Amino acid sequence: MTKVTFREERCMGCELCVHACPQRIVTMAKHINAGGFHPATVVQQDKCTGCAMCALMCPDVVIEVEREEKQ
Amino acid sequence: MRKVFSKPASLSDKPFHYCPGCTHGIIHRLIAEVIDELNIKEEVIGIAPIGCAVFMYDYFDFDFLGGAHGRAPAVATGVKRVHPDKMVFTYQGDGDAAAIGTAEIVHAAARSEKITSLFINNAIYGMTGGQMAPTTLLGQESTTSPEGRSKEMAGYPIRLTEMLATLEGTVYAARVSVHDVKHIIQAKKVIKRAFEIQQKKVGFALVEVLSTCPTNWGLTPIEATKWLEQNMIPYYPLGEIKVPKEV
Amino acid sequence: MSKILMKGNEAFGEAAVLAGCKYFFGYPITPQSELPHYMAKRLPEVGGVFLQAESEIAAINMVYGAAGAGARVMTSSSGPGISLKMEGVSYLAGAELPAVLVNVVRGGPGLGNIAPAQSDYFQATKGGGHGDYRLIVLAPSSVQEIVDLTAKAFDLADQYMNPVMLLADGILGQMMEPVELKDIKPNIPAKPWAVNGMKGRAYRNLIVSVHIVAEDNEKFNLTLQAKYDKIFQNEVLYENYKMDDAEFVMVAYGSSARLAKGAVDKAREKGLKVGLIRPITLWPFPSERLAEAATTAKAFLTVEMSLGQMVEDVRLAVNGVKPVYLYTRTGGMVPVVKDIVVELEKIVQGGGK
Repeated sequence: MTKVTFREERCMGCELCVHACPQRIVTMAKHINAGGFHPATVVQQDKCTGCAMCALMCPDVVIEVEREEKQ
Repeated sequence: MRKVFSKPASLSDKPFHYCPGCTHGIIHRLIAEVIDELNIKEEVIGIAPIGCAVFMYDYFDFDFLGGAHGRAPAVATGVKRVHPDKMVFTYQGDGDAAAIGTAEIVHAAARSEKITSLFINNAIYGMTGGQMAPTTLLGQESTTSPEGRSKEMAGYPIRLTEMLATLEGTVYAARVSVHDVKHIIQAKKVIKRAFEIQQKKVGFALVEVLSTCPTNWGLTPIEATKWLEQNMIPYYPLGEIKVPKEV
Repeated sequence: MSKILMKGNEAFGEAAVLAGCKYFFGYPITPQSELPHYMAKRLPEVGGVFLQAESEIAAINMVYGAAGAGARVMTSSSGPGISLKMEGVSYLAGAELPAVLVNVVRGGPGLGNIAPAQSDYFQATKGGGHGDYRLIVLAPSSVQEIVDLTAKAFDLADQYMNPVMLLADGILGQMMEPVELKDIKPNIPAKPWAVNGMKGRAYRNLIVSVHIVAEDNEKFNLTLQAKYDKIFQNEVLYENYKMDDAEFVMVAYGSSARLAKGAVDKAREKGLKVGLIRPITLWPFPSERLAEAATTAKAFLTVEMSLGQMVEDVRLAVNGVKPVYLYTRTGGMVPVVKDIVVELEKIVQGGGK
């Protein structure tokens, strides 16, 4: 179980995360945020492996990644 | 659920003012992650540059000093000589370190000041409007080399890190890039090493980080990462150029 | 305490050390080099650091760093080197950092020569660097005063969070006189604003001089101006010499004032009622004292080793109430007492320049 959270208000719509995601599940939203950008978002949360590559590539510290602890 | 990735504690929560896709933000984050991991937030003093990163102190939650263009290594020298047990780092762009402040960085290195020097090379002047940098590649267009940089007019781009590595006082010199995830992970290791060298008081540690400037290169952020990989890395090869035996 | 014989340039150094200055960053230039020589030997004895920088620009920026880090710090140079330091002086003023600079002035402009001059008066008192700022400028006239004013410079710098310049010249730097190193004590205040790492603090410290929004910059500059007004009200220093019945008032500082004093004595032997007002602080300038003197004096004579720099401040202070004449030598040439007296005689007879 993993969860990826986008702090959408910080996103500048550069799309670097879209290309960094190996699962290709990050897309740009249709709406615009307060900064005037289409923010990045994840549509199929269940496909996320929690690899954090999107977060590593993000220049604006938009993304948080959480993973279930292994027992 | 455990957070495996979130904002490092040493970063403030203020959103960056950089252009979309500019990799300054990645480098800032890596520095903050390293400072958190080494648990030195209460020991560290940053020296801010002039250039796009002039307001970098807004994005970190520790002591900062901002001085004149190019003089960060001299300012850092003053701070470090007063507080030899604190951690002092500089963050300079290519105009700051490789043009107006060449003398200051050369002599800080020659004196082997026990500081960590980060040199951000994006081959262009960002803040002032896309002018030619000392690291602008031959043929690269800028607002002051509209036909592309020519060697007849402007000479050759400077490989500052190789140049400084020739000095005895430079104990660590490395060049990294942040154009993709693999290289970002590598860049963090190298930046961490440059701080650890300061902790061990070995001498002047320099990390050059190749960075993008989508706005002034006239490219999308994705295209800019490709341009960096295809054009900058061949001229500015990545790797550790000089490593002291202490690490 | 007994008196010891000291050279001016060395007296700057010893007084600084006694005032708690542990850091000196500089670059060699004649005629001030005995000061860095002295500090190179002396500072390690008190656990301090002397560092020869690669340039005056680097030196002043090291001063900026050390001052920001909370230390008492000094640099010294001469004309051409001070020009290079002016970038850093503006940043020190803008960041409100305390530091002490010594300028042992030499002949100029350009490379000029290494002979004594006072031609850096404008640079010292009217800006020198960019932006709306003021530098506190102290002008010693003897080696003893070098000692006293150096110690005072550090206190003023800390009190007002402002750079302070000691303006001397090649004569004062090179001359030897007996001095008393009275009980100078390091009155170093706490510096909770210094960048020294956050340990033990709940907040981080930040030292910059940027105010990107014009409204903010104006507001900041007005707070600087309020500080400068306070300095102007509280810190003016001058010496009156035989002023009680003076009808003709000379104005001179530093080495020129020593010669002007000689001229006062000679002129009085000839029966001329001459006195001297010697500004000790060049900024803040003793304008009020001069305005007051203008109510009783018949005329003023400014004596300076520059082609009419301080005379502008004298004229502003006298404000047209009485004539202000000028006697100068320049380019490293020094005024001669008998020539000053000749000039005084001309003024008394209604002549003068």
